[in-house]
Amino acid sequence: MSNDGHMVAEQTEQAKIKLDHVVIRFAGDSGDGMQLTGSQFSDTSAMLGNDIATFPNYPAEIRAPEGSIYGVSGFQVHIGEVEISTPGDDVDVLVAMNPAALKTNFSAVPKGKTIIVDIDEFTSKNLTRAGYDQNPLDDGSLDSYVIIKAPITQLSRESIKDMGLDNTSMNRTRNMFALGMVFWMFSRPLDYTIKFLEKKFGNKPNIFEANVKVLKAGYHYAETLELLPSAFTVLPAKMTEGTYRIIMGNTATAWGFLAAAEKSGKQLFLGSYPITPASDILHELSAHQHFGVVTFQAEDEIAGVCSAIGAAFTGDLAITTTSGPGLALKSEAIGLAVMTELPIIVVDVQRGGPSTGLPTKTEQADLLQAMYGRNGECPVIVIAPSTPANCFDFAYEASRLAMEHMTPVILLSDGYIANGSAPWRIRSIKEMQPINPAPAPAPEAAADWMPYLRNPDTLARQWALPGTPGFEHRIGGLEKEDFTGHISYDPENHEHMVKRRAEKVKRVENYIPEQQIDGAQSGDLLVVGWGGTYGSLITAVKSLHEEGKSIGLAHFNYLNPLPRNTREVFSRFKKIVICELNMGQFATLLRSEFPDFQYLQYNKVQGLPFTVLELNEHFSGLLK
Amino acid sequence: MHGINTKKSLNTQNSSTETNNNMSELPTYTFKDFASDQEVRWCPGCGDYVILRAMQKALPMMGRRREDFVFVSGIGCSSRFPYYMNTYGFHGIHGRAPAIATGVKLANPKLSVWVITGDGDGLAIGGNHMIHAIRRNIDLNIILFNNKIYGLTKGQFSPTSDIGQKTKSSPYGNTQRPFNFGELTVGSAGQFYARVPDNNPNDMADIFVAAEKHHGTSVVEVLQNCVIFNDGAFDSMVDKSVREDMLLYLKQGEKMIFGKEKNKGIRFNGRQLEAVTIGENGITEADILVHDATDPNPSMHFMLTQLQYPLPVGVIRSVDSSTFEELVDTQVSASVQKSKFKSVDDLLFSGETYQV
Ligand SMILES: Cc1ncc(C[n+]2csc(CCOP(=O)(O)OP(=O)(O)O)c2C)c(N)n1
Ligand code: SF4
Ligand SMILES: [Mg+2]
Repeated sequence: MSNDGHMVAEQTEQAKIKLDHVVIRFAGDSGDGMQLTGSQFSDTSAMLGNDIATFPNYPAEIRAPEGSIYGVSGFQVHIGEVEISTPGDDVDVLVAMNPAALKTNFSAVPKGKTIIVDIDEFTSKNLTRAGYDQNPLDDGSLDSYVIIKAPITQLSRESIKDMGLDNTSMNRTRNMFALGMVFWMFSRPLDYTIKFLEKKFGNKPNIFEANVKVLKAGYHYAETLELLPSAFTVLPAKMTEGTYRIIMGNTATAWGFLAAAEKSGKQLFLGSYPITPASDILHELSAHQHFGVVTFQAEDEIAGVCSAIGAAFTGDLAITTTSGPGLALKSEAIGLAVMTELPIIVVDVQRGGPSTGLPTKTEQADLLQAMYGRNGECPVIVIAPSTPANCFDFAYEASRLAMEHMTPVILLSDGYIANGSAPWRIRSIKEMQPINPAPAPAPEAAADWMPYLRNPDTLARQWALPGTPGFEHRIGGLEKEDFTGHISYDPENHEHMVKRRAEKVKRVENYIPEQQIDGAQSGDLLVVGWGGTYGSLITAVKSLHEEGKSIGLAHFNYLNPLPRNTREVFSRFKKIVICELNMGQFATLLRSEFPDFQYLQYNKVQGLPFTVLELNEHFSGLLK
Repeated sequence: MHGINTKKSLNTQNSSTETNNNMSELPTYTFKDFASDQEVRWCPGCGDYVILRAMQKALPMMGRRREDFVFVSGIGCSSRFPYYMNTYGFHGIHGRAPAIATGVKLANPKLSVWVITGDGDGLAIGGNHMIHAIRRNIDLNIILFNNKIYGLTKGQFSPTSDIGQKTKSSPYGNTQRPFNFGELTVGSAGQFYARVPDNNPNDMADIFVAAEKHHGTSVVEVLQNCVIFNDGAFDSMVDKSVREDMLLYLKQGEKMIFGKEKNKGIRFNGRQLEAVTIGENGITEADILVHDATDPNPSMHFMLTQLQYPLPVGVIRSVDSSTFEELVDTQVSASVQKSKFKSVDDLLFSGETYQV
């Protein structure tokens, strides 16, 4: 991101410095409540009309030793008056609750920016735990930063010392002090958080009161503190009018399925086995069984997908959720769903691989597994959401395509958008595209009905459900004769069926939108991306385009089949660069699909998203 | 089933046995109504034919509509079964039938769902799904065709093959100790287990009916002869010439008596079960145990599954308790009832929203 510029201050009448966007990171021990602190800050900002993007960074260990490097938990918030598409690269304000938090997050803060530390935590014991030989606050290493040394622990305790709380409870309020300080810095009101605390600690009035006291103490401390640079403000962003909420990618995915179930009149069934970073979808849908959702935590991933196949055979909107290792286990069963031409949705929230890999980090390296990772000629629809909020839309779309075309769909989310959150303009289900699942055959058709009779346009077969008299039929994984569905080993029939299944998926291109381009509609450089990298790519492309460069972005959500105008889009640019968080899987796909173009690649496999800065530099180089 | 998706509920109701009073009455079926038009392709003399026949005979006795039966199988000779039944059927992938069937049952608990599997399918590759289906007590009827061999892949040993058994993949004799499926079922908290040889279709049909009636996972192990790769595997116990002396036919509430002369029985000697002869060594009929399949305590059933001589057949355990799908359905229905959200819209617009 082009951080230069936005810190250029502009005095307002209240002597507040107006910023167009700012990145704040809260970091502390996993017990310090940083996720809560960060989301309070982002939610409050969203309520004020800012655009936001957030990203949590949890430690892989559940309960790492206190004060240790690997126990550090962080939450980054990017708020803006301008459109915000990523949680931001560089941190403008870092809140470090202990030395380990400073150590692990320091490199994200450019020189000249602000770091708030809890000075009370910089004891020699904690410094050693964090691996510091000497205190970085004293040795001059932080001289080119604005360091605010606040006695957060001491002042928190001080402000509630008469309440009779035990030691642990007193210490637990520290995060509210830090939050109060940052609220003041960015001119945010406290009332949203106070309301939140009231709800959270409704039955513990003492704890509620203590937290509010400490929150206010932090706010007033910042106000009276001379060390703190003047207060900033970030004005509301210009966003489309409407009702908004902050939503996380995995929640949006879960809700998209709920909406699709209601819209299509189907019962939602989820068969799943827990795996990071997909488990939250299982949790979310389990919490919403009041919509009639059945969630089945199976004994393994294979049982998860197989139970979904059984539920699809019986007429449910059936899904299974997993991450890369689980997708590998599901391959054989996905082939069964292809063969039986049943609609299931397989959600793969990608993480770093291969094998167990980097469970809590993001990557886009399951694309070819989703495309080809099965025995036989086994095409499925593959689509990918590109922002936390549009996880909703693509879960909905996956459901629509699966049930209208009677074929499995793989939905490729990733750890980055799944755990990230952003404002989402809520639409009523009534406004959403209708879903018309493949119909059950009409009762009078029973006499000469066959299980593989097809819709002539989509080639989808009909959905005759167990329990319906007159349509008793058998399907399975052996090759079928077209129409009758009888087992057939006939060579010609096999080739015919292989082509039919491919054609059925290919024809989906007639039922999905054309590929759009952001920025220049033709010209020098077309940036091509897919899935969760949209935020970084659009930010980089937009800024270069605004500078007058001939650059556009074709960001793909539909990966198989590709939008029908893809070739035409590619032909409008002199250069094409494909950017992916893998070694070039989409590039491989495009080279085989449209070999007549030259594709450049920009790849990163560090378990991290692209930074806008590195993209900017790379694209600028290509545009020279 | 849960009321929120009205279309679905209507569909389900139309097809359910309980609610179709105003539809035509239950047709009187014969075994022919359950035979599909597919040519049966097992080897001549294979025990699978007897099982097919027994099933087609049993279904008309169950008082259920044809469209409510679903047969789900894995892969193996045995797993071809659904193609030969004129019911709903799903030929799955190797070992996964219990998982597929679980999805069917959860999606529509009113269906009568059957799992057809083999000793390889159900106990090797699918062993995990098998034990978990059983422990959940989901109302599936699982019929395992145990021929102590992999038939379809032409004769490798299976998890039920005996030590020393010579097969294509154990030419010097099998060195892997076998599972006893009865033990495994009871050990997996199974509530229904029956064992039946493949040369007695009438008994088998009765056991299928009992399995269907049982509320919860019903496991039926059929001792099935593979004429090609393991011919005669059970002959020493089940052959017509010896079976009265070698098999113990268990009947609910009756004494465990066996033998051509009906003079032998089973007693508990304080440590284990043993076969004794009435009238010898001071043994009287009073010493002979009475079979109670419905005892919730599985200890006696466990010992029965382990008994090698005589080999117990019939329903060894049948204990009624709540099923998985009932627990799910009760919980989901209660949540639907209590919910303040009537539409997903209510959720989308709930909680912390704000206006721009
Ligand atoms: C994933 C997979 N692995 C292996 C096979 C090969 N295979 C098919 S059936 C079978 C064993 C079947 O034995 P069993 O379940 O005892 O059935 P039977 O043929 O004896 O009735 C095997 C190994 C397969 N179809 N799929
Ligand atoms: S191989 Fe054995 S089990 Fe398979 S059909 Fe032939 S006799 Fe039956
Ligand atoms: Mg076998």
